[in-house]
Amino acid sequence: MRILLIEDDKEAAAYLCKALREAGHMADHAADGDTGAVMAGEGGYDVLVVDRMLPRRDGLSIIEDLRKRGDQTPALILSALGQVDDRVTGLRAGGDDYLPKPYAFSELLARVEALARRRKPGEAETLYRVGDLELDRLRHTVARAGKPVPLQPREFRLLEYLMKHAGQVVTRTMLLENVWDYHFDPQTNVIDVHVSRLRSKIDKGFGEPLLHTVRGAGYMIRVGAR
Amino acid sequence: MSALGRVVRTTAFKLSAIYFAVFSVFAIVFILYISYSTNVVLAERLRDTIAGEIRELTEVGRSGGLRAIVNAIEERSTQPGASLYLITDMNGRILAGNVSDVPEQLLERSGSGAITVPYQRYSEDKTEHLAMVQVLRLPGGFRMLVGRDLGERDQFRAIIGRALAWAVALMIGLALVSWFFVSRRVLKRIDSVTATSRRIMAGDLTGRLEVTGTGDEFDRLADSLNAMLERIELLLQGLKDVSDNIAHDLKTPLTRLRNRVETALNGEPSSDGYRAALETTIEESDRLIQTFNALLMIARVEAGSPDGALSDVEIGTIINDVVELYEPVAEENGMTIRVGQVDPIKLRISRELLGQALANLIDNAIKYAAPLPCGQSRPITVVVSAVREGSHLVVKVTDNGIGIAAADRQRVLQRFVRLEQSRSQPGSGLGLSLAAAVARLHHGTIELGDANPGLLVTLRLPLPPP
Repeated sequence: MRILLIEDDKEAAAYLCKALREAGHMADHAADGDTGAVMAGEGGYDVLVVDRMLPRRDGLSIIEDLRKRGDQTPALILSALGQVDDRVTGLRAGGDDYLPKPYAFSELLARVEALARRRKPGEAETLYRVGDLELDRLRHTVARAGKPVPLQPREFRLLEYLMKHAGQVVTRTMLLENVWDYHFDPQTNVIDVHVSRLRSKIDKGFGEPLLHTVRGAGYMIRVGAR
Repeated sequence: MSALGRVVRTTAFKLSAIYFAVFSVFAIVFILYISYSTNVVLAERLRDTIAGEIRELTEVGRSGGLRAIVNAIEERSTQPGASLYLITDMNGRILAGNVSDVPEQLLERSGSGAITVPYQRYSEDKTEHLAMVQVLRLPGGFRMLVGRDLGERDQFRAIIGRALAWAVALMIGLALVSWFFVSRRVLKRIDSVTATSRRIMAGDLTGRLEVTGTGDEFDRLADSLNAMLERIELLLQGLKDVSDNIAHDLKTPLTRLRNRVETALNGEPSSDGYRAALETTIEESDRLIQTFNALLMIARVEAGSPDGALSDVEIGTIINDVVELYEPVAEENGMTIRVGQVDPIKLRISRELLGQALANLIDNAIKYAAPLPCGQSRPITVVVSAVREGSHLVVKVTDNGIGIAAADRQRVLQRFVRLEQSRSQPGSGLGLSLAAAVARLHHGTIELGDANPGLLVTLRLPLPPP
């Protein structure tokens, strides 16, 4: 997919562009707010990655302008301000996700891919299917190989989020944000324990494991090894 | 600034000047009022006296005729302290009396009102005096004048004038005295405040203002200034502690990180070795970032800007969420965590921050409640409850683990303080400080107590009046 990165730190931008290309994406770079606004306005990008504090022009205003013109290209805001109220202003300005600096590249990549996915049609799917695992969003049921798997409500939401992003890396913070709706630092590996519980319910006793741990990044639900 | 200028600029001088002006005006007004009133009263009395004499003389004339009046006047004129009398015939010749010179037109004037005129007496000194007189026409063209000297009134005026002079002199004296006392007593204390604050500004933060114990305004001022100094000293101490802590708790892992990379570089070049070194480097820097974020968050919360908009939240929802989040971890650590009594209470808080605070408390309980000392064995349970107690919401996180010694309970709320037994566990030592900061932000308190056995953390938040 095509990604536009608006970031004034040259070294960080070069590293990000290289890493995004290695991950199989096309990445363009704008080094200041004005250039960024022009490039974003031309369209054709799947995701925008916008630094909040830019020379000449504030990152949030670029997104605000796009939204005013009806451009709904998903935008991920990068910011050194990581506090919750900064996140709130960022999202209010039309950003779709917010990532405080410093971040791990795996986190950024996972979020960018999740954002691009969100845009694709068929979002209102009622049935998620990965291999022989099925999740019915309307009836709130999960079955593996035709056998019903009873889940707690939170486990259901966890699996739902993972399956919605099947084939994509989902990080721990993404899970905490989207499944629990908290943005704080849980200090302990709370998410890991929830995932391993879920895994024991959907993978244990069935042939091929579907819920994989992606080292140094997070989790992914998919069929077969990568 | 000249010496005089300095004196004039002192508060004591200004105060004395104001006192002087105020009291002088007061005294002058008072004395003028008295002199005016007495004037009026005296004139009234003179008029009465004159009218009385005229009445008596007319009485005499009615029974004995003009001759009797002349006789009576001659007799009265010679008495000491006599009034003024004069009686003339139709040609203006003086028949009797003790007045030698009065204005000529005076006798032509008729009417009953008394007027003030200059006059001279016989015999005595030839100076002119003032008198209040009344002229009466008698039958046959005769005229009679009766009057009283005004000397009495003038004497009284003189007395009042002297009183005024004395009063002003006294005012000046009192103003000087008050200046002296104000400058001696009051300004001395203000000067001592100035001196003390100079000393404090120079760096001696232990300096305090003198309190005399009289309970006057200066004592109250000194008391509150001292309280302020106390707070400043505490804050500065806190700042110093924090920077010391940052130096230690951030520099230590940074040094460790650097050493590890250096060791990897100096060792055998192998991609496995490099990989391992880089992976630990990332882990270590992630931990550093975590600590850094927590520090920033505490600073931000303590500066009093609530993160995210406050919203009306049901406390039970937060508790259920966080307990549910930690439940698997607790189970993995062989503990049970459950929600105790939770009253249905909605209050205006930052959901994120309170969630974080609660998460920190539960995380602490899970990490540090065990291991129990040798010889003890019981299943560890963590209970979170929230009940209304009067005007407060009281959230309790209770465990039945090893607890914290009473002496350490206050200390662990400080930043980076980690007790000996917790050093083996991962953590930044900031969890409780952040919880405490969140409590303060919501105008609440946090308190560590004994759950007998175990630790009881009480978070007390004020509820809005119903």
